[in-house]
Amino acid sequence: MRMSTIQTTLLATAVCASAGVQVVLGSSTTSWLAPPEAPTNLVANDLPWDGGGTVQIDWTASATPEDQLKGYEILAHELSVTPQEQAVETDEQADRAAAQQTESLLEGEGIAPEDARRQAELSTPTFATPPEDVSEWDSLGIIPAVQTTYQATGLNKDGVYIFKIRAIGLEGEFSAPTAASGEIRPVAAFFNGRKLPLLITLALIAAAVFIFIVLARRGMPMRIRKIAGLEAVDEAVGRATEMGRSILYINGIQDMDDLQTVAGVTVLGHVAKTAAEYDAKIEVPTARSLVMTAARESVQSSYFSAGRPDAYNPDLIYYVTDEQFGFVAYVSGMMTREKPAACFYMGSFFAESLILAETGNSVGAIQIAGTANPSQLPFFVAACDYTLIGEEFFAASAYLSGQPDQLGSLKGQDVGKILVGIVIIIGVTLATLQAITGSDSLEAAVNYLVNVLLGS
Amino acid sequence: MQILTRSIPLFITAVAGVVMILSAFFPYTSDWGKFAGQFFNILAAFAFVLGGGNLLKLHLKKISDQRPGWAYSGVVLVCFIVTLFVGLMKIGAYPNPTYPNVHFSGETQGSGSMFWWFYEYVFKPLTSTMFAMLAFYVASAAFRAFRAKNFEAILLLGTAFIVLLGRTFAGVLATGWIPPDSAFSGLRLENLSVYVMQVFNTAGTRAIMIGIALGIASTSMKIILGIDRSFLGSGD
Repeated sequence: MRMSTIQTTLLATAVCASAGVQVVLGSSTTSWLAPPEAPTNLVANDLPWDGGGTVQIDWTASATPEDQLKGYEILAHELSVTPQEQAVETDEQADRAAAQQTESLLEGEGIAPEDARRQAELSTPTFATPPEDVSEWDSLGIIPAVQTTYQATGLNKDGVYIFKIRAIGLEGEFSAPTAASGEIRPVAAFFNGRKLPLLITLALIAAAVFIFIVLARRGMPMRIRKIAGLEAVDEAVGRATEMGRSILYINGIQDMDDLQTVAGVTVLGHVAKTAAEYDAKIEVPTARSLVMTAARESVQSSYFSAGRPDAYNPDLIYYVTDEQFGFVAYVSGMMTREKPAACFYMGSFFAESLILAETGNSVGAIQIAGTANPSQLPFFVAACDYTLIGEEFFAASAYLSGQPDQLGSLKGQDVGKILVGIVIIIGVTLATLQAITGSDSLEAAVNYLVNVLLGS
Repeated sequence: MQILTRSIPLFITAVAGVVMILSAFFPYTSDWGKFAGQFFNILAAFAFVLGGGNLLKLHLKKISDQRPGWAYSGVVLVCFIVTLFVGLMKIGAYPNPTYPNVHFSGETQGSGSMFWWFYEYVFKPLTSTMFAMLAFYVASAAFRAFRAKNFEAILLLGTAFIVLLGRTFAGVLATGWIPPDSAFSGLRLENLSVYVMQVFNTAGTRAIMIGIALGIASTSMKIILGIDRSFLGSGD
């Protein structure tokens, strides 16, 4: 006997339903799988020892196997301002909010209005009821099904939040959400304990720098190796003087809040003083207005210090533009036209480093560069005569001044290097031993070193 | 004057430095750090006016003195004034839908405005041109850097050869005859290239980074303590 089409469909539906497979006829989004089981035991806690805005969420995995889940969706809802908080804002608002609830207290028990209001505030429900429909909640993202913990970051430190989790099946079907977590305010701790290793390291280095500065002041001899790039400053300025051409000084393209720019201004002071003594012309185009102001102060002071205040010309230190390639276009054009005899590039540079250095090279200038941007160092090394690499650039101030205080700080810096060296040796030894032995405790030690000590 | 030019700036520097350090470790003081940062933005805003004024003054003087290249200054001034005018007047900007009858409610840089047009069709092509020149400069710098004039330069040349070739199809083809699952697969150029970058290059970069970090810490401390005041123009 042949079954009709309707009979066949009904039979198939019945078979599928008995197997836990859902069929929705007439729907364009047909789902053949039952929704996954909901996760349970959702717990949310404010993350301790943090800077605020982070909540730790833990739950028990869904009963549906992991390989049948796409993941878990984390849902958050920031609770709206409470009647209690509104009441605290102004007395008038408080009286209005609590009037109905205080009436019975006032009449029935004879409590003073202020006390009645306070009691009413305390008895008022703390927060507005969150929406039942989770589609109105904020989704913080979908995480893999193997995870049963999540750190919600970037939350409002003054806000109060509740959370829910729901599982997502392979076809995108959602489980029922968990019950809402307790109310959590992701407050900031007094001290960010995660940064304790960093604080200790910083304290050790600072102490070493301080101790060596004190020792230097007491007359302890401080020696420092020769830095070729800084030794060549006199040579470059002298060459410019002999050729009767100008010296070009570029202080990077960042503002005064970048320490490289500050270091560049420091070197500029020394170069300007040498230029003043040799009676050479120094030109300083800047990419930031504040740098122009600082550079003028530094150069003026150097000319005074060299006994040549009359030779100081503020118009030679000027602002060009904040735009990276606009600045490059101006400086490159100026180099090609005026052909400076010496070019200094001291500060923070990016893609313009090679354009400037190659242009300077093409006009035959002696070039000295210094930067702490590692990606730009190869370009300067390739195109310049001398390059101050990273720490040499920051040591320039101490090197050029020769003051015991500053040289002492360099010695303190060396202590930092020793500390770093010790940590590297320990880390490499532990990681090598762990790779050889496969020890779990060594692996834990390596992870602690990498994630906690270095991760802070 | 010494107080205004030295003592007060040094005091402000020290306080701002300490606050920034505290805000990194004590979350309760993070707002203080942001507050100190806002002061810098205010200063920078004032300095921007100073910079604009300086730009006008210098280029007007250059035109007035008819110094060589004064025509370039004329171009700079015309561009500066036209862009400023177009931006301030919001020429061509579409009003905000909330206030369709108020011309100034539109965004200066909104799509379709003249300011936007200048940015898209004048400024961006010009900056892209400057950036594109980098390709030629890389070639000329590499040509000089890779000359085998001494032992170190030969090492650099050899390393560059491996890294550059290992990232091309030619490099893969050149050593493709080494079986990928053999004990010598590490000698395939694409694998050697990765090895050089991951081991030697990473080690060198990290060494430089450690030096830079220590240099920054030491320099910051000198500035906060007032030991290094050369940035204020104290001279050597």
